[in-house]
Amino acid sequence: MYDGGKIIVGLIIFAGLMTFPIWYNHGDAGAIPNVEKPKDVKECVKDTQYMRTTHMVLLNEWRDNVLREGNREKLKVGNKTYDRSLMNGCMVCHTSKEKFCDQCHLYASVKPYCWDCHFLPKETL
Amino acid sequence: MDMKRRNLLKIAGMSAIAGVAAPSALNLLMKGNVQASSSAGHSDSPSDAHGEMPAEKPTGVRLGLAIDVKKFAENKGLAEKCVAACHQIHNVPDFGNPKDEIKWLWIEKFENLFPDHSHYKKNEELHQLPFLAVCNHCDDPPCVRACPTKATFKAANGAVIMDFHRCIGCRFCMAACPYGARSFNWRSPREKDANGKLKFIKDLNEKFPTRMRGVVEKCNFCAERLAENLPPKCVEIAASAQAMYFGDMNDPHSEISKVLKTKFTIQRKPALGTLPSVFYII
Amino acid sequence: MIEKALKGNQGYWTWMIFLLSIIGVGALCYVQQFNYGLGYTGMSRDVSWGIYISQFTFLVGVAAGGVMLVLPYYVHNYKAFGRITILGEFMAIAAIAMCLMFIMADLGQPTRALNVLLHPTPNSMLFWDMIVLNGYLFLNVLVGWVVLNSEAKEVPPPKWLKPFIYLSIPWAISIHTVTAMLYCGLGGRHFWLSAIIAPRFLASAFAAGPSLLLLIALILKRVSKFDVGETATQKLITIISYAALLNFFFVGLEFFVGYYSNIPGHKHTLQYLFFGLEHDGHMYNNLVKFMWISVIMGFASLALFFTPQTRKNEKTIMIACLLMFFSLWIDKGLGFVLGGFVPSPLDYVTEYYPSFGEIAITMGVWASGFLILTILYKVAISVKLAKES
Repeated sequence: MYDGGKIIVGLIIFAGLMTFPIWYNHGDAGAIPNVEKPKDVKECVKDTQYMRTTHMVLLNEWRDNVLREGNREKLKVGNKTYDRSLMNGCMVCHTSKEKFCDQCHLYASVKPYCWDCHFLPKETL
Repeated sequence: MDMKRRNLLKIAGMSAIAGVAAPSALNLLMKGNVQASSSAGHSDSPSDAHGEMPAEKPTGVRLGLAIDVKKFAENKGLAEKCVAACHQIHNVPDFGNPKDEIKWLWIEKFENLFPDHSHYKKNEELHQLPFLAVCNHCDDPPCVRACPTKATFKAANGAVIMDFHRCIGCRFCMAACPYGARSFNWRSPREKDANGKLKFIKDLNEKFPTRMRGVVEKCNFCAERLAENLPPKCVEIAASAQAMYFGDMNDPHSEISKVLKTKFTIQRKPALGTLPSVFYII
Repeated sequence: MIEKALKGNQGYWTWMIFLLSIIGVGALCYVQQFNYGLGYTGMSRDVSWGIYISQFTFLVGVAAGGVMLVLPYYVHNYKAFGRITILGEFMAIAAIAMCLMFIMADLGQPTRALNVLLHPTPNSMLFWDMIVLNGYLFLNVLVGWVVLNSEAKEVPPPKWLKPFIYLSIPWAISIHTVTAMLYCGLGGRHFWLSAIIAPRFLASAFAAGPSLLLLIALILKRVSKFDVGETATQKLITIISYAALLNFFFVGLEFFVGYYSNIPGHKHTLQYLFFGLEHDGHMYNNLVKFMWISVIMGFASLALFFTPQTRKNEKTIMIACLLMFFSLWIDKGLGFVLGGFVPSPLDYVTEYYPSFGEIAITMGVWASGFLILTILYKVAISVKLAKES
């Protein structure tokens, strides 16, 4: 192999850089986020596991339902009805963005742009 | 094989040839998601410039708006009130300069709204009237044709709607719109001052979102109010003076159908074949 | 092969550092624009496209111009273009790269650009433009690189490449046709609503592209041992001259239609561009001087190209190429796009002045294009010279 030494050193540096986040945090992924759920409501529009993994898909579906298809039919869960809406649906129960959304989003380093346009409940602007 | 499906297959075939778009064309086929490319088929429109009546029979709902301009002249300040209310409930920002300006509903002079009408020996009264300018919600909208992402599309009720989530801000629709009805967010409408107050939206409506910078916006025929069986805000305000009529033009018994049948109305740039849904009673 | 771009004399490196510093300034300005929004530029509600889109339009032409070398060489077996065809293909690559950068710079939400693929919309001309531009980029990268590789190895290019070469010829026409269709299908804009836009675009492209190519080739002759050859130079001059003549003829036809029919909508933009448009007691004429400079440069260049003494002299050829390139740049890269927005659909006149940052970003993109071009040309010429020595 020509320049074998250089190649191996280069590979080691590359591998080191790529795995930087892991060894910088000593292999510790940080504390698991602890989201605060609404106290007086027991049931969501879908089960917890689905919401945990797939809520963004559901929100996109709702968006297309309401905006593109004009289907604003309310969702019924038990004896409560909900708007297909982040602002006027989800956030009615999940009143705190900080305690509910941000906990996980910060942990997973996801930055959805929902709040660039939509408002938080009682947000002071 | 019906026309729609054939068109769809044609589109898919062409895209597949192009190669690059093959996966997306498949995606399109599976979803059958072509609202933007096919006419919604509610062409109950007045004749175009050549006096041709559309061949298709009207189907479904086609919302229309008739603006009685003289009523606005009689009720001083009414037009301004409509504009202010519209912009307030939709959180339309006021940047205070024409370069960044965003407007959904605004007041124009006759010669600006109808530039191809002759102004020689002009009727003085006509040129003093406050004309309300607004998106025409065309039956064949050039903006929808131009949009590369279907961010603007025709809703089932005939309204031309913006999906702000999808808009990439290419502004092709602004070049395509022959009515200057579209505005772009040249900067963030949610910029705050030192006290954390919104600088450009003074009277916030927290039930309706704002926009973000980099997307195009325009009148949405108050889709959010129609969903609650309320008329568009401007129509509601003008109702007291009977200055605006709104409703389904495909329903022969609707108020707007009756008005359009009995009164002389004009439309903006009818020769372009866009089939506007906004009518002016002079 | 790419390592050949890493060896150069002092002039080469000075040039590269010069380009990199312009790119750096442009990139900094782009960060500012990204954070603030497109209000950073001089564009407005009435003039909603500015120099980004006008540069894009012009550069599509420069890219398509490469076909004027590919076509004679590969289809008509015109051997004199053997040395420079690769330069045409590589220029197309740099030009398309600039086009794509200008489009990205012009998007209000650049991070969502892939929505064009995610929600394909065949009724939008922008969708087709995306396909033809990327396709043309791919074809030129493939053809240029494979041909050069074979040349370096001193073997004939592989047979499977032939279909791609032939495909690239109509494809070059398609990129500028579709780009013209972005404009000429918009009912509300009289100046753009003209069936002659696509042929006019092609004519100006076949003059502007080869002008730049010939200019660069003659500069290369001075800074390296690379020589285009007299026959190729003369043939290119002929191509440029007739394409430019056609372009001016087409512009003249636009004038005829506007002024003979006397339809206001067809005249307004021409009036604004060439004479100034009076509106509500105010004279709007910020592009008039540019348009006349363009006309003068264009005809001066043609005069130099048609005069036997000056078309044989390398110095005057270079001047003529420069004049032609700038003339067409003003015509298409400035007047065509900006003029189309005057008057606005509501019959107002808003004049557009690019902001400082907008100009810096524009220059940054041009510099990036020239950087790509320099690297590609360095490689191509090194291969060619190595083979010959």
